[in-house]
Amino acid sequence: MLTDTYSTEVEAILARHPGDQKRAAAMPLLYLAQKAYGYISLDALIEVGALLGLTPADVASLAGFYSLYHLHPAGRRRVQICTDLPCALRGADKFAEELCANLHIKLGETTDDGEFTVEAVTCLAGCLNAPLFQVQDASGVHYYEGTPDQPLTAAAAIGILDQLRGK
Amino acid sequence: MTQYILLRHRDIPRLNQLEVYLQHGGFEAFKNAVTTKTPQQVIDQIKASGLRGRGGAGFPTGLKWSLLTKDVFPRYVVANSDESEPGTFKDREILENNPYQFLEGLMIAAYAAQANLAFNYMRGEFADLAAKVEANIAELYAHGWLGQNLFGTNYSLDIRNKLGAGAYICGEESALLESIEGQRGQPKPKPPFPADKGLYQKPTVINNAETLTNLPMIVARGSAWFRTFGTAASPGVKIFCLSGSVNRPGNYELPLGTTFRVLIEKHGGGAPGGRKVKGFIPSGASSNVLPATDEILDCPMDYESVAQKGSGLGSASVIVFDESVDMVWAALKIARFFKHESCGKCTPCRVGTRLMLELLERVYNGEGQPDDLRQIERLGGVIQRGSLCGLGQAAPNAILSSLRHFRAEFEAHL
Repeated sequence: MLTDTYSTEVEAILARHPGDQKRAAAMPLLYLAQKAYGYISLDALIEVGALLGLTPADVASLAGFYSLYHLHPAGRRRVQICTDLPCALRGADKFAEELCANLHIKLGETTDDGEFTVEAVTCLAGCLNAPLFQVQDASGVHYYEGTPDQPLTAAAAIGILDQLRGK
Repeated sequence: MTQYILLRHRDIPRLNQLEVYLQHGGFEAFKNAVTTKTPQQVIDQIKASGLRGRGGAGFPTGLKWSLLTKDVFPRYVVANSDESEPGTFKDREILENNPYQFLEGLMIAAYAAQANLAFNYMRGEFADLAAKVEANIAELYAHGWLGQNLFGTNYSLDIRNKLGAGAYICGEESALLESIEGQRGQPKPKPPFPADKGLYQKPTVINNAETLTNLPMIVARGSAWFRTFGTAASPGVKIFCLSGSVNRPGNYELPLGTTFRVLIEKHGGGAPGGRKVKGFIPSGASSNVLPATDEILDCPMDYESVAQKGSGLGSASVIVFDESVDMVWAALKIARFFKHESCGKCTPCRVGTRLMLELLERVYNGEGQPDDLRQIERLGGVIQRGSLCGLGQAAPNAILSSLRHFRAEFEAHL
């Protein structure tokens, strides 16, 4: 139960959303539930709903709407590569392909060890540094990018993932 | 001697530290406003400056504030830091490197709107950045720049940072407010406008992060100073986000009215590999593609001039295509983006963006029917005319204009 494992965090989130702001606590609570369960499980929907007086279906409609909430389990870390137009003009598709080939998976798939799921996502507001990706895991969402002069290579990205693997 | 107005961190190292920001006159504009000016005087000053919204619509900022329904309180001011338009990455640089100038702008806007609570809504992907901004806000409380009875006056102000969770549509203001309330970020029909019934049904102003970052400088140096930059109808500077087929992509802070040629060739260094620039989108995925003719390249980048050329300045995210780019491929990328980001509320957008993607995939894969290009045009018109909000209304723009200017490339795929 969230209220057992993360009681302090739950209390803090609820305290930050008094009165008519109560429902707004659903967003941070869903992030917390995802941290606890790895994805937004049925239990998570029921627990978040119970904390806020919402039905599980109502909570699910939120979790299903926003792309950083995941209703299905996947790898321990989601590697999310921007392949939108500005990044693609600077080689993001090839970058994604090379990264996936190195991990022996296709886009959308999970590595055999359950460590990484690689996904294509929409614009991350880093087009100048393309190609770039973010890693979403229990610790949050983190950007990895190069610079316009020294863009990230697939080899460098593999190095980053190798380092993450040990953590 | 400083040069930048918005990207001042490029002149002043460590400007994202409160003590450095204070050493350079930080929060004097806010303090002066609260202690020596009425909210109406601040509104009048911003109106006189001619500042227009930098998020895309270009609506006059002072006018926006003065549309708040009279005598209804509480009111809210919301900073739109949801930056999600493909090709746009300016607010991220501001929030990372010059956060206090942005926050001071939000505080000035709150004072002008007579709001005691302001929100900063950041996209969920900015989680690490949001933690920094929250630390910046905590510093302001610790040093008495936020809280109750500021500077001994009866004005009090709180700021809350809000994190989205991945949805382009939340940059649309009514969807953004829904998201703050913990709802799905789906736009609402207007009227009522947020100035009348916004966050929690109270009068609300939503301003883009770059717009707000202008305010401390205008309040400190005056509207006449601001008008020494840019054009008469589009005063000031703008951060132009340059991306795609250029040698030096990046943020360029330039006066409004600078030409596309200067941005792309002088600052961006032209296309890589000595290739020619074929065209560009002036404002992310939502605006019309323009061909890179001499006439278009010499067009000044201000709201009126770009509109006259058949596109829009919007958020000024210039995505460049060189001659090697297949425009059908580019259109397909944009169709995929909008199909993914349609919020699903209204049918023309939800179904239309899906059909558009299917049509373009077929054409791109060489499986198009002779009638498909006409179908794309008809479908695009339906999506533009029938959609509830700006997302759907703008979703076909880049695709239809590509087809108009580069039709031969589409026909070659059939």
